[in-house]
Amino acid sequence: MSQSIALSHDAHPASRGLMRWIKTTNHKDIGTLYLLFSLIMFFVGGAMAMVIRAELYEPGLQFVNPGFYNQLVTLHGLIMVFGAVMPAFVGLANWMVPLMIGAPDMALPRLNNWSFWILPFAFTLLLLTLFLPGGGPEGGWTLYVPYSMELGYSFPFLIFAIHLMGISSVLGGINIIVTILNMRAPGMTLMKMPLFIWAWLITAYLLVAVMPVLAGGVTMQLFDHFFGTHFFSAAGGGSPLLWENVFWFFGHPEVYIMILPAFGIISEVVPTFSHKPLFGRTTMIYALASIAFLSFIVWGHHMFTSGMPVSADLFFMFSTMLIAVPTGVKIFNWVATMWKGALTFETPMLFAVAFIILFTVGGFSGVMLSLVPADFQYHNSYFVVAHIHYVLVTGAVFAIMAGVYYWLPKWTGHMYSEFWGKVHFWISVISVNVLYFPMHFLGLAGMPRRVPDYAVQFTNLNMISSIGGFVFGAAQLIFVAIIFTTIYGGKKAEARVWEGAHGLEWTVPSPAPYHTFSSPPEVAG
Amino acid sequence: MKNRWLQAAAGAILLMGMGMPPLGAASLYNLPYGVTPMSHAIYGLSMMAFWIMCGIAAVVFGAITWSIIFHRKSRHPKPADFHESTLLEVVWTIIPFIILIVMAIPAARVLIRAENVHHSEMTVEVTGYQWLWRYTYPRWNINIYSRLADSSLKIAPLHSGLSPYSTPHYLHAVTHPLVLPVGEKVRLLITSKDVIHSWWVPDLGVQMDANPGLVNSIWVKILKPGIYRGQCNQICGWGHAYMPIVVIAKPKAQFLAWVKQWRQHHPQGAASPIPTPDP
Repeated sequence: MSQSIALSHDAHPASRGLMRWIKTTNHKDIGTLYLLFSLIMFFVGGAMAMVIRAELYEPGLQFVNPGFYNQLVTLHGLIMVFGAVMPAFVGLANWMVPLMIGAPDMALPRLNNWSFWILPFAFTLLLLTLFLPGGGPEGGWTLYVPYSMELGYSFPFLIFAIHLMGISSVLGGINIIVTILNMRAPGMTLMKMPLFIWAWLITAYLLVAVMPVLAGGVTMQLFDHFFGTHFFSAAGGGSPLLWENVFWFFGHPEVYIMILPAFGIISEVVPTFSHKPLFGRTTMIYALASIAFLSFIVWGHHMFTSGMPVSADLFFMFSTMLIAVPTGVKIFNWVATMWKGALTFETPMLFAVAFIILFTVGGFSGVMLSLVPADFQYHNSYFVVAHIHYVLVTGAVFAIMAGVYYWLPKWTGHMYSEFWGKVHFWISVISVNVLYFPMHFLGLAGMPRRVPDYAVQFTNLNMISSIGGFVFGAAQLIFVAIIFTTIYGGKKAEARVWEGAHGLEWTVPSPAPYHTFSSPPEVAG
Repeated sequence: MKNRWLQAAAGAILLMGMGMPPLGAASLYNLPYGVTPMSHAIYGLSMMAFWIMCGIAAVVFGAITWSIIFHRKSRHPKPADFHESTLLEVVWTIIPFIILIVMAIPAARVLIRAENVHHSEMTVEVTGYQWLWRYTYPRWNINIYSRLADSSLKIAPLHSGLSPYSTPHYLHAVTHPLVLPVGEKVRLLITSKDVIHSWWVPDLGVQMDANPGLVNSIWVKILKPGIYRGQCNQICGWGHAYMPIVVIAKPKAQFLAWVKQWRQHHPQGAASPIPTPDP
């Protein structure tokens, strides 16, 4: 007994080399694995986006056939959602949750290892479909039936890959909930938890609640395809709209799964660099919870043109508009946090401020989309593409980048190059707007999404957008270079990396030792 | 007094959005004003929402910009330490709520009008196929198969060597357009024979999914003769981008003449030959 305790308190990993990473149950190792995996997927999905933007640079087909284009659109969505954004947030949670609540590790370390190692298999399966006869899945990441079920060999691979991703997410979610509820340092009551922890606690509940819905839905597709059931075919008494309902009942909470942790990061970064406590902490927590609740009753707003009865349209319009209230409260509170602070603009703060502004732009188009009759024009147009990318790229991804720059010195023990961080930020923030802003106009003028070719009047805006896309894509190479040069060298970071930072993660040395908080820290009453 | 001021402000915003048709005929940067009562109402709603969003943006982004300029550490080295205000929280919960109600009421009214297909004077059945549309006029037993025009079809493939600029309305031209009378409330019954498609013509303010095995209804009342173009708006396979919609609106007399002519040319009621789309 005493021996095993002594072993577990060893300051180094038990194995070396590759086996260390395969066998690890250490939350920091697993956090690193998640983050690296997410980075790779970010580039795989990004490469697909580059091909898409190249094809759309001018009308006519130049590089790919329409079928392959549809596969790219589908895989880009699936990879960015399940492979890039979600694992990045789970990686941040793995690294930071124990450090921020004063716990020695995650509550269920072996489960943690498993929930990560499922992911590479899931995405290998998904990407393998590209090499099957008939290629990868084509129906868009929404997998609308019956198109999705018409696919050839890729269909069962797709379903199984989604099941694996779902298992990984649910296990990760359970682990985070259990850790936060049971392993907080004495004195850290729920209301004293950092906002990032609050955001992740709520997100984890969303994960556990909705991933099984997706799993159930894709299983029904599997049964329809192979076992002769008719859940989704009207001819057999089912309905293709059942899938849309099931998918979006999962899908809308899913988009909040991708934004609530971002809210958490921004709520850490903004006070630090404003040198001022977060404004309206309690309200911020209630706002998070309200958004999470509302996310379960708005799914129909993705289906306004599907032919729902007018009463359902009205309900989903009103419930969707309601989301703007707590989301607005969050934005106002961040602005009030900055107000009369002593602002400094290190790279994490630059990304955080860009997040607040550009996420709000995405929120504006979101409110416009909620107006059902207007949605009859906006629906499935490039206006929607602009909206989702403003909330997911300049929203979720910018928040991830803010978080990475914010905590990278804590992870590596080195300061990143502030100069190159700023270069990365400025190129990204300019190019990302060149990339996505023209898409609003394209959609309003009538360009549908998910087409490889378009009428010639859309050419100019597509060219501008593509140029922005290439620059934005290339700028991310700077991000990778910064991360790796910081891992391997750079100015030594202090324990409290940022002058204005508060919280338990800043009380441990940088880099954070392999084992931290083996005995719980004191949290001031 | 305060109430009246609020009403005046809301009215001004509504007028700003609702009243003004766009300057140009077809904008490359905005919704078309369109040619149906619905497209006009939608345009108004969209502009109203747009201007309200601009107003909110001015306030929020103004405050952020102010902070960035005047509350940076070099100018404002000593941060204030306020961090809560129940009054402020209540204010910025209630104001957005009111703004949302201002938008929700007109939106709900337009929606209820848009979904009311009663008292329509004529019905056309719209059926989506991979990758063409069929239009059926039950009253006259007319069937029209409408697929991408050959002029676009020969340009579209990879390495065709032909320029999309070499034909008018590339990807927005069809073999046989849908012909509708001006000034009549036409009910469209929309369905699909294979996967989900979506029938979208921006100038008509109509977008409705075509679901296999289910029938959706929507109505249009075109106010101006002309040619209006759109396309399928739900990813439906290989040919999703090659499924355009062209609607020709003719005055009633000309429309009836067209019906007569069509029936003379197609006495069996069966249609233009069923094309095999292979772009």
